[in-house]
Amino acid sequence: MTRLKTHIGRRAFIKNTSLAGGGLVLGFSIFNSCKQGDLEKLAVREMPKEWFEINTYLKIGDNGVITIYTPNPEFGQNIRTSMPMLIAEELDVDWKDVIVEQAPYHPEKYGFQFTGGSQGIRRRWEPLRMAGASARQMLRQAAAQSWQVPIAEITSIAGMLKHEASGQSAGYGEMALVASTLPVPEEVKLKEVKDFKIIGQSRKNVDAKSIVTGKPMFGSDYQKEGMLIAMIEHPPAFGMTLDSVDGSAAKAMPGILDVVTIKSFKDGFEKGGFDTNAFPELVAIVGNSTWEVMQAKKQLSVKWKPIKSYSESINGFRGKETKNIPAGFESTEKHKAKMEELAGKPGKIVRKDGKPEAAFKNAATILERSYSAPYLAHNSMEPLNAFAHVIGDKVKIAAPIQIPSLIVPTLASSLGIPAENIEMELPRMGGGFGRKAYGHYVVEAALISQKVNAPVKLVYSREDDMTNGIYRPTYHATYRAALDENNNLMALHVKAGGIPESPLFANRFPAGALDNYMAEQWSIDSNITIGAFRAPRSNFMAGAEQAFLDELAETMGKDPIEFRLDLLKRAKEDPVGEQNDYDAERYAGVLELLREKAAWGQEDRNIHRGVSAYFCHNSYAAHVLDLTIENGKPVVQNVCCAIDCGIVVNPDAAKNMAEGAITDGIGNAFFGELTFKEGVPQKNNFDQYQMIRMMDAPKEIDVHFVQNEIAPTGMGEPPFPPIFGALANALYQATGRRHYQQPFVSDRPPLVG
Amino acid sequence: MATFNLKINGEQQMVDVDPSTPMLWVLRDHLKLVGTKYGCGIAQCGSCTIHLGGVAVRACMLTVSSVGNQEIRTIEGLSENGDHPVQKAWLEIDVPQCGYCQAGQIMSAAALLENNPNPSDNEIEMAMNGNICRCGTYTRIKKAIKTAAGSAS
Repeated sequence: MTRLKTHIGRRAFIKNTSLAGGGLVLGFSIFNSCKQGDLEKLAVREMPKEWFEINTYLKIGDNGVITIYTPNPEFGQNIRTSMPMLIAEELDVDWKDVIVEQAPYHPEKYGFQFTGGSQGIRRRWEPLRMAGASARQMLRQAAAQSWQVPIAEITSIAGMLKHEASGQSAGYGEMALVASTLPVPEEVKLKEVKDFKIIGQSRKNVDAKSIVTGKPMFGSDYQKEGMLIAMIEHPPAFGMTLDSVDGSAAKAMPGILDVVTIKSFKDGFEKGGFDTNAFPELVAIVGNSTWEVMQAKKQLSVKWKPIKSYSESINGFRGKETKNIPAGFESTEKHKAKMEELAGKPGKIVRKDGKPEAAFKNAATILERSYSAPYLAHNSMEPLNAFAHVIGDKVKIAAPIQIPSLIVPTLASSLGIPAENIEMELPRMGGGFGRKAYGHYVVEAALISQKVNAPVKLVYSREDDMTNGIYRPTYHATYRAALDENNNLMALHVKAGGIPESPLFANRFPAGALDNYMAEQWSIDSNITIGAFRAPRSNFMAGAEQAFLDELAETMGKDPIEFRLDLLKRAKEDPVGEQNDYDAERYAGVLELLREKAAWGQEDRNIHRGVSAYFCHNSYAAHVLDLTIENGKPVVQNVCCAIDCGIVVNPDAAKNMAEGAITDGIGNAFFGELTFKEGVPQKNNFDQYQMIRMMDAPKEIDVHFVQNEIAPTGMGEPPFPPIFGALANALYQATGRRHYQQPFVSDRPPLVG
Repeated sequence: MATFNLKINGEQQMVDVDPSTPMLWVLRDHLKLVGTKYGCGIAQCGSCTIHLGGVAVRACMLTVSSVGNQEIRTIEGLSENGDHPVQKAWLEIDVPQCGYCQAGQIMSAAALLENNPNPSDNEIEMAMNGNICRCGTYTRIKKAIKTAAGSAS
């Protein structure tokens, strides 16, 4: 039994018995999830006449129905199911009795409402279970008081309280009123893993019924009486800003009410890490309907001008940093030349173990390979959008956003209103992948609403979305290995860089497994904005490193899995260096599970296999990708995947996420690419930007989890990075040629054999 | 502006819009049927798939003036209680991640099975290739279509 102080929770558990009136909290928003599915489920049980709020995460109806407020915004991880599962587990209720509602943005009640970086479940693992456990304890306390027996003798099972000695029992609903008046316990007991009844058992997506019947649930579905539609016009190229606008022709178009300009930041505002914005000065056009605004947008006459170089201080997760933004119009061709140039010069040495220079000097063989990848656009299926209604010094927002709290200081500053006057609903996001962590579009919607004095829904066209920036950066990495005359690995050297950031993680595998190791990095400033993208840096480095290790194993005459396991054995038994970011045993564990599940070495002769493994975002993932060549075209037949992310809360949903990450990675490795010419993105919609479709997706995906009792770590990112390497390695087996440049589709060699 | 009488999900609807307005925006902005999604506006992603006279079409490039008397069905009208075989299969396989593209996927799948109750893998891929799922749920979508085909036959 785990006994935990509830001090983290106490601040969050603001009790508010005044909310205990029937349905006071329920049904005030179209985004509340008491939708068809829930109502059907409840058809066998009446809706409660009265609700009792036990803490901010849950309320219990007089008939035992439970409403759980799920704190984090959802964009497809299925956390609206798995987070309530954590609470329901410790509360000891029947999952069938649970209704899930989305909590609004409210940091005092719900803590850091951040969905991203594979942190959701990891950060909520204890607090949400404590919310459930403390409520259960209050219910037991209520029963103990009512029955005049010691609390220790009260047991609970599936929403029922029992006192065995006296034979008394009651449903949670019957004790909820008394429980809601009790103080939150100082400490609570959490269940042991072996006692879990809900965690670890697959539960269906609580929103699936609403999704398959087309219910309004996304930010872009938001409707409000009197709401206007707005669109923005941003500069056509990076390195440009607004000069002047003539909106008269656009304003004369049917259904158009106004053309305004907005400035996203107040002068002197200190930006946070997620205030990234290449185009802070915009033209906005406001009208009655989306189609009318889209048509009028074409009639805007805007003059743009080049930006001047500048530096800015960013106060983000890593503390204060200065960023240099150069003037000028950048092109992919120039980027490539610059990256080649820096890759050929000494970089900044970030880690050095042993004497790598001497090892290379004395090497019998040196294997050196360079890898590169282009910028990637997120291309979430739901383009950026936000609803905002500014009334005086207050604003009501409903927007798809991954980290609502981080846009609040910007909103407060730019609107000139107090932060506490910002109210935000958190509708479902139609994809995010890191892009919706950058909430500039929320600020834009609010500024437009303030200017036109009306409720406004800002809608980005696909073209606006794809050309707005915040891309996965373009990267380059060179790996070198020194081998002695017996093909023993003597040293490894990695030099990596990118625009505008280096992708290097110097302390990750294979650092720690080699006596002689060196890691260098470099970067090039740019005015093309970049940001989070399903493990940026990792998703490039995994592909490069794992392709290199594959080629290195082949050069050394070793089996690729055996080769990795040998290195990991060294890292576990006799690690080199103090700071190795990974657990070599868990890393080896996923490879061993994978080897068994994929029946490595026993594949059909016509199947070409590639293996890859990587650690990032606190979890370990490894893949074997099986490829065949059909009519001269590579076809991914199967991906076998092994993951160690600790305890898996909702296994089928976690599998779904891994399947998605694998498919997404194969798509980006094959096709993903955004290029630039004179600052202009060369693709702006799906007729030019190739996305993976069903035809190119794996025919089968087979996901396995390492079984352990370690607290859950990330799932959104970890299966994504290694698939790039697995694909490259399988392509080599199929075609006899290595792929060094992404996207592989444009680096596709003539087929051999 | 002009008046159009449309038959949508079995009901007669009247809208007063510019004749060039795509059905996508007539549905979303004027009739508040927001289950049909905007993804690209150029018939490349399939998020806005609806049925026109029983055939899957992209609502983003179907002007309201070209609809005439043909019946329109949207995700909201695919079944009365969300129990169309394709919807049921989607729930059984638990297909969605973010869910944004799924209405379009379901409408494409339902149209496919209407014409070809037992499609081969290749026929499923051909019919579904116009629908992008950025979350990458394709393996589940295919499985759900096979489940729906199996349950209907």
